[in-house]
Amino acid sequence: MFSADSTPIRSIIMTTHNPKPGESINGGEALVRALELEGVDVVFGLPGGATLPIYDPILESTMRHILVRHEQGAGHMAQGYAHATGRPGVALVTSGPGATNIVTPLCDAQIDSIPMVCITGQVPYAAIGTDAFQECDTTGITMAATKHNFLVSEAADIPRIVHEAFHIATTGRPGPVLIDVPKDIVDANNPRSAMQWYQAGDADMELPGYHPAGAGDREAIMAAAELIRQAERPVLYVGGGILKARAAESLLELAELTGIPVVTTLMARGAFPDSHELCLGMPGMHGNYTAVTAMQQADLLISLGARFDDRVTGRLDGFAPDAKVVHVDIDEAEIGKVRAVDVGVRGDCKLVIDALIECLAELGGPDAQADRSAWRSKVSGWQEKYPLFYEQSRPGDLLKPQYVVEQLCDLNPADTIVASGVGQHQMYASNFWKFDHPYTWINSGGLGTMGFSIPAAIGAKVGMPDRRVWAIDGDGCFQMTAQELVTASVEQIPIKVALLNNGYLGMVRQWQDLFYEKRFSGVELGPDVPNYVKWAEAMGCVGIRVDSPEEVAPAIAKANEIDDRPVVVEFRTDPEENVFPMVPSGHTNSDVVVHPAQRGE
Amino acid sequence: MPNNRFHTIVTTVENKPGVLARVAGLFSRRGFNIESLAVAPTDDERFSRITFTVDVESAPLEQVVNQLDKLINVVSIRELDPRSSVSRELMLVTVSVSDGHRSRILAHVDDFRAYVLNENSSVMMLSLSARPTRLDDFEEVLRPYGIVELQRTGRVALPSLTDEA
Ligand SMILES: Cc1ncc(C[n+]2csc(CCOP(=O)(O)OP(=O)(O)O)c2C)c(N)n1
Ligand SMILES: [Mg+2]
Repeated sequence: MFSADSTPIRSIIMTTHNPKPGESINGGEALVRALELEGVDVVFGLPGGATLPIYDPILESTMRHILVRHEQGAGHMAQGYAHATGRPGVALVTSGPGATNIVTPLCDAQIDSIPMVCITGQVPYAAIGTDAFQECDTTGITMAATKHNFLVSEAADIPRIVHEAFHIATTGRPGPVLIDVPKDIVDANNPRSAMQWYQAGDADMELPGYHPAGAGDREAIMAAAELIRQAERPVLYVGGGILKARAAESLLELAELTGIPVVTTLMARGAFPDSHELCLGMPGMHGNYTAVTAMQQADLLISLGARFDDRVTGRLDGFAPDAKVVHVDIDEAEIGKVRAVDVGVRGDCKLVIDALIECLAELGGPDAQADRSAWRSKVSGWQEKYPLFYEQSRPGDLLKPQYVVEQLCDLNPADTIVASGVGQHQMYASNFWKFDHPYTWINSGGLGTMGFSIPAAIGAKVGMPDRRVWAIDGDGCFQMTAQELVTASVEQIPIKVALLNNGYLGMVRQWQDLFYEKRFSGVELGPDVPNYVKWAEAMGCVGIRVDSPEEVAPAIAKANEIDDRPVVVEFRTDPEENVFPMVPSGHTNSDVVVHPAQRGE
Repeated sequence: MPNNRFHTIVTTVENKPGVLARVAGLFSRRGFNIESLAVAPTDDERFSRITFTVDVESAPLEQVVNQLDKLINVVSIRELDPRSSVSRELMLVTVSVSDGHRSRILAHVDDFRAYVLNENSSVMMLSLSARPTRLDDFEEVLRPYGIVELQRTGRVALPSLTDEA
């Protein structure tokens, strides 16, 4: 239909990057320019037929394009970038398989409320619905995996929709937004791509049904403050929403004002300093005894940006049976979804905490708070009796993974960013690393996506190039996304990977060990194949293997010295080691099981 | 008697492709049961109205409303309590008249204030717009004569009028 020699619709922005309002440009240029105007400095992507026209103007863009080796990597990189920087991550993939390959990261970002914008190529608009080459129903497939998605039909809509997408991704409860872009409207050789440039602002948005929450109802906040004032055994139950709201400082003030102990969920590690005397660490299925038990025996749970996930509550009918609940969340649908509340406040966590602090002051400040000394001494009694615990390996035995995490934590600066995979190593990392800064812990909490850590670490390092970034990974996870280390090498993104190689899909093995009479089925990977050091080297990384405790610290030191390429340190760890404490599934949190050596059996 | 188990939710949504799929998808993935559904454009072409009746025993009404509210294309939501709203549904039904029951059927038509839309020697097509329970009753009355085809629209509703003080 369009002859090869037809003149492409190309404007002077190819050299100036700065079209004037009303200037004729094509949809591809408009897309690139609109992204730049949203402040995007890096795009993680991989091209294909449908995105060729978008990749052409990218050559002139100020945005850095990072070529991934698999689209799942692009998605997790965008997530890692967003976690670390607070700015939305951007991924650009082609239609069909490019789009389906990024569904997992979208789903992951949706359940963990990570702001990201994903642009997918699509077959030309007129071909949609014909089973064209590399066509898939991307908006249909991702409807439940995004906060919202768009299928763009006209080039002229591109600036407005890009602005809407970033607005939706970053406001309210953040999340992934996908823009599906048919090829014809961005193709310089197609008249359908012709449009007049305009810079879309808030006034251009057409979102009559979108009203993200603001400050929260003052009366409800006062009622919450009154419950807090009276509570004798309260716990601040802090979730990832605190980090999304950038409320860590406000939280610290609230905790210190009231003297209430804080638990930080898997999504909120680092939101409150582990070194603080009020910090109880992580609650839930693999939380520590004190965090689990304090919630269980509390008379008031003050839930801030947390959602009573089943991994936190255990069996619901026996969860925190005596506790009243104050639930603060930006998403109204979370309030009362799982656990009935006494006071619910829909609002931004930071604004609500600041208002709570004011209300508590009105109610008489610290002096008016109930006496919590008995509660605090009870809590510190548990801390003394049941600290996080493991048994050091005997000489000649395989390493204990907890020891490796402790050493990593000790030998790196406190603002080191840690990105974890999913499995036992994730629980060791979350529990045994001491997080004292917000935005230093990145993991896949809600979806539990194996393979998350390496691409997420890469994204974090791209966003925070001056910070040290360690991925703590399992051997199973590593084999799912290790190819992104090629991306890291080629793009000179010097992340470090601590590979806890226990030769097993360890977390699944643990369940078979404890609940299936050690009938190990489908979990053995073997520690020797692949040869991780050689594999790392083949991908342009430095590979180091560590077998004994004495080698651990020197290997970490060596890895920390290398800054011109990624490093993989393979630690051979004990496959028999299990994560404790543990609340067996189907049990209430009162049945928390501590490490065998602490049970006095 | 209106059944309090069923609440009617009237939503105004953006009139865009795929919006019904988003709403329907939300209901199915959250396990909410839709009892009845009616979709039509409004007087403003930018918006459509989707009216659902949900079984509030299958999910708390508040959760249904809150989840719906999160859909970007849903502009407004109004819950109608069965005790303070008026709902109507339309039924088209063809019923057999071959056994010489025409006059008895016409008596029912009168009774229910239904209409005859169309007929031939063997069947008669009737329409009735009324409360859903009345449609149920009409269906019961006609059943013995032999219902050939029956279609209902799904209910629409508005709040009852109260005296303006
Ligand atoms: C994509 C995906 N597939 C399967 C699972 C189920 N699963 C959870 S943890 C785990 C084992 C992870 O193994 P590894 O990375 O070696 O970590 P380890 O538990 O041994 O530390 C598996 C298979 C998952 N979470 N994600
Ligand atoms: Mg393993």
